[in-house]
Amino acid sequence: MTLTKADLVQQVYKKHPSLTKAQATDSVEAFLAISKASLISGEDLLLSGFGKFNVKDKKARRGRNPQTGDELTLAARRVVTFKPSGILRAKINQG
Amino acid sequence: MNKSELIEALAEKINVPIREAASITNTIIDTMSDALAKGESIEIRGFGSFVVKEYGSYTGRNPKTGEKIQVAPKKLPFFKVGKDLREKVDQNRKK
Repeated sequence: MTLTKADLVQQVYKKHPSLTKAQATDSVEAFLAISKASLISGEDLLLSGFGKFNVKDKKARRGRNPQTGDELTLAARRVVTFKPSGILRAKINQG
Repeated sequence: MNKSELIEALAEKINVPIREAASITNTIIDTMSDALAKGESIEIRGFGSFVVKEYGSYTGRNPKTGEKIQVAPKKLPFFKVGKDLREKVDQNRKK
């Protein structure tokens, strides 16, 4: 089973009777848009109880094509990493 | 950005009271945590996906003392950033 955006909308709609289906959709979209905007601007995103999304700058480095063994240069890049919170880790490991 | 800043931005964006935005944010985060706790994966287009990886028990060492210890089996959530977000984060690298 995979949780998708539609499932999040459904759950928000169910738990918040004051919202219409369209408003539930908007709220999930807005939540994601704000989260993305934070990371795109280079700012980390900390969702306490869930985890932290970090924006990290990686330096250029020499790598290899694992298929051919050819050496190549990997350009500098900026990436997003995720570190789960202790609460989330405990929740996943219980039972 | 932390959770309370995200809640404020959400309240403003969808025009609801802070309390309502906080409640919606918690619903979204709890829904994702619950899915991972059940071992399900999450797939949000444009943002990224989460999968739970299972590790068996192994013999590790305390790096400080060199002492052998048995590490219990565990599950950990992994995040893979989506294509759209990955590209946008990288584009903003040197600005």
